[in-house]
Amino acid sequence: MMGLTQFALNSIAALWLQFPVQPPAASSIAESVDHVYYFLTGVTVFFTVLIFSIIFYFAIKYRRRPGKPYQPETHTSLFLELSWTIIPSLICVVIFVWSSSLFVRNNRPPANSREIFVIGKQWMWHIQHPEGPREIDALHVPVGENIKLTMTSQDVIHGFYIPAFRVKKDVLPGRYTSVWFKANRTGVYHLFCSQYCGTNHSEMIGWVYVMNPTDFAAWLAQGEQSESLAQQGARLFTQLGCDSCHNAAASSTGPSLAGIYSKPEKLADGTTRVVDDSFLRQAILTPSTIHVAGYPQIMPTFSGQVDEEQILQLIAYVKSLGAQERTNGQ
Amino acid sequence: MSTTATVENLPNASAEPQVNYLNARYGVKSWLLTVDHKRIGLLYLCTITVMFVVGGIAATMMRINLLEPQGALVEPETYNKLFSTHGLVMVFFFLVPSIPVTLGNFLIPMMIGARDVAFPRLNLLSWYIFATGCLIMLYVVCTGGVDTGWTFYTPFSTTYSTTDVVLAALSIFVAGFSSILTGVNFIVTIHKMRAPGMTWFRLPLFIWSMYASAIIFVLGTPVIAITLLLLGVERLLHVGIFDPALGGDPLLFQHLFWFYSHPAVYIMILPSMGVISELIAAFSRKRIFGYSFVAFSSLAIAIISFLVWGHHMFVSGESIYAGLVFSVLSFLVAIPSAVKVFNWTATLYKGSISYEAPMLYALGFLGLFTIGGLTGLYLASLSTDVHLSGTYFVVAHFHYIMVGAAVMAFMGGIHFWWPKITGHLYPDLWARIAAAIIFIGFNLTFFPQFVLGYLGMPRRYAMYPAEFQALNVLSTAGASVLAVGYIIPFIYLIWSLKYGPVAGPNPFGAKGLEWTTQSPPPTENYLKIPIVTEEAYNYETAPEPEVVRV
Repeated sequence: MMGLTQFALNSIAALWLQFPVQPPAASSIAESVDHVYYFLTGVTVFFTVLIFSIIFYFAIKYRRRPGKPYQPETHTSLFLELSWTIIPSLICVVIFVWSSSLFVRNNRPPANSREIFVIGKQWMWHIQHPEGPREIDALHVPVGENIKLTMTSQDVIHGFYIPAFRVKKDVLPGRYTSVWFKANRTGVYHLFCSQYCGTNHSEMIGWVYVMNPTDFAAWLAQGEQSESLAQQGARLFTQLGCDSCHNAAASSTGPSLAGIYSKPEKLADGTTRVVDDSFLRQAILTPSTIHVAGYPQIMPTFSGQVDEEQILQLIAYVKSLGAQERTNGQ
Repeated sequence: MSTTATVENLPNASAEPQVNYLNARYGVKSWLLTVDHKRIGLLYLCTITVMFVVGGIAATMMRINLLEPQGALVEPETYNKLFSTHGLVMVFFFLVPSIPVTLGNFLIPMMIGARDVAFPRLNLLSWYIFATGCLIMLYVVCTGGVDTGWTFYTPFSTTYSTTDVVLAALSIFVAGFSSILTGVNFIVTIHKMRAPGMTWFRLPLFIWSMYASAIIFVLGTPVIAITLLLLGVERLLHVGIFDPALGGDPLLFQHLFWFYSHPAVYIMILPSMGVISELIAAFSRKRIFGYSFVAFSSLAIAIISFLVWGHHMFVSGESIYAGLVFSVLSFLVAIPSAVKVFNWTATLYKGSISYEAPMLYALGFLGLFTIGGLTGLYLASLSTDVHLSGTYFVVAHFHYIMVGAAVMAFMGGIHFWWPKITGHLYPDLWARIAAAIIFIGFNLTFFPQFVLGYLGMPRRYAMYPAEFQALNVLSTAGASVLAVGYIIPFIYLIWSLKYGPVAGPNPFGAKGLEWTTQSPPPTENYLKIPIVTEEAYNYETAPEPEVVRV
């Protein structure tokens, strides 16, 4: 008899484990997002139970009974109408303010983030670390460090989604989008494509490995890929002949790129734009749309000659020039 | 609708068999060339039933496939075509037209005391246009299908998909004209054809909701037509509109698409809200609590629904500030829906409530719409939407609204007016059993999907990690219960056409002009145009219910 009870209990426990209700929470924002989720669940349960109870109560109390005289009355109540307009509105205001402030915070990457690049293509995730290592359908990150992913797609729209971190952002062709997170628990977590992208959309999945900083450093150092992204970019910069115009000589036909990254650049039409990833991408692919003041607009397009990966290498190189400038300045 | 009108519009009992719109003329030609709004409503009913079956078969195959993590039935390529077919057929060829073109066509002239809609020939033309759209869609399905999802996101649909995207888009483009013409017809009919004494605030709430959805038809549908046209232009002529490789903007497509497709959600739900108002009033024998609040909330929903499209794009790369604005507007559109739910619930207070099948559907609607509406808040809220968008949580949420609420109301409405439409009663016990099975099957199918979404399972996945299997199996089990629930009414409703007892003019003892004429109504609806002298739902003067139990 005891054995049977034990068996039954074990079976129920085993069955229960088949029905998970909570995803792992492994980032600095996961818990705060979950709190909004719990609050919403509380509101949902409260109002559902309220409506269901009232319906059941009225449905039984006022059921039609043969022989019982019934006199229809018309009911209206401005007080009730106003209360069930105003109370839900107030609840919505609370959720909106709370949830939006989290959203704004979760969308602004902290300044000291480690940057990693993501290229989505049918149907794989290509991850590129600035130090050189690249991975397919896997992302290694250190725990406790702010990570900023700069993402683009080589073909259709994809969606970069790590449920355990509660982050998601579409990955678009032709522009950069970004997400940031700080993983706070080591482990292995799902990486999904969340935007339908064609035949093998459901196989465009991978794993995120959250590691101790020492393990991560060891992981970065291993492997034969020793050239950093910026070094690859430098090689490409010479290969494509960019340096024939973009050099430090006073007579150069193109602006020198040293130290321009993240600085405002004056354009011929009088406006200024901060030089960021999107600016550089645009300058490489459609130079005719950017006219830097003081220079002739003669740069040919490199569209079709460089792929998304190489554009990221060039950007990393330009960025590294900025860093050198600052170092020299000091 | 005084007592006199009632008597005048009913022929003497000795005059059997009555001449009505069904037996006035016979033959295929009499149906295909009819300009009678009631017959056109039935033509539509047959058409959308066929489309519902097609979409339902696709859904069944999807649910079977999801029994196993690696896919139990088909290859991913086929699965993608199944969910695309399911979405396209169910949204554009069943849900959007469902209540307006069947019950709306049948009831609008009857409820306002008119002999037909304002433009009867245009009405028939609408059906032919719609049927053409259906045929093109069925052709696409039979010749290999389309794999873009019902959302056609670019540049996948314009550059990368190898399926017949242009023809699928064409079918919706064509069917859209049917929506526009129907919308125009309804607006003019409601403005110009009301019987003497039928003032705006004496209109049944069903008419208010049809009016609101007709406005969306007319204002929204041209936008989807233009969007699909641009999609075809880019795909066929490679003009850069949406594909960045050609110089286009992929987000532009999403803005245009959702500018129509979010209001389209309200095209699906507003008419069902109208049906529910009628059912709850009739079966609690009371005037709807807060009539004008319910009426104006329909218009408020129709207007605000055009301003919330960006909430489909919170993670698409649209700016944070756009996200904030669309979030606040999305919360705003929840308020009129809440107002309706509270008013319907309050209508039950001190009523005389009976539980025929239509009322069970109405109460089921209330429950499922409440859950569907409240879970919408999770998606209007920005930080939770980031996690939940594109997952099964969204799938569960919109099925609670579109199937849980809209289809429940459609079924309830069909059951309520079936005796009026056909002149026959169906077996109420079977109908109540079916309503209960649908309610249980629906919750079993879609509630687990809320959990799946929160766990992070993305939608449109032909294969999935093994830890999601148990909940998927539960959902598929529920879907089979749901299928049984849909098949039962199909059988007894067909049965009732021949064997159902004669209904009489007003079997439920309901108020409303349509119940004052014979069942089925004569071709001209009313032998004499009624003169309306009282508010809607004045149950103090209502006749006693005369339901004959089958």
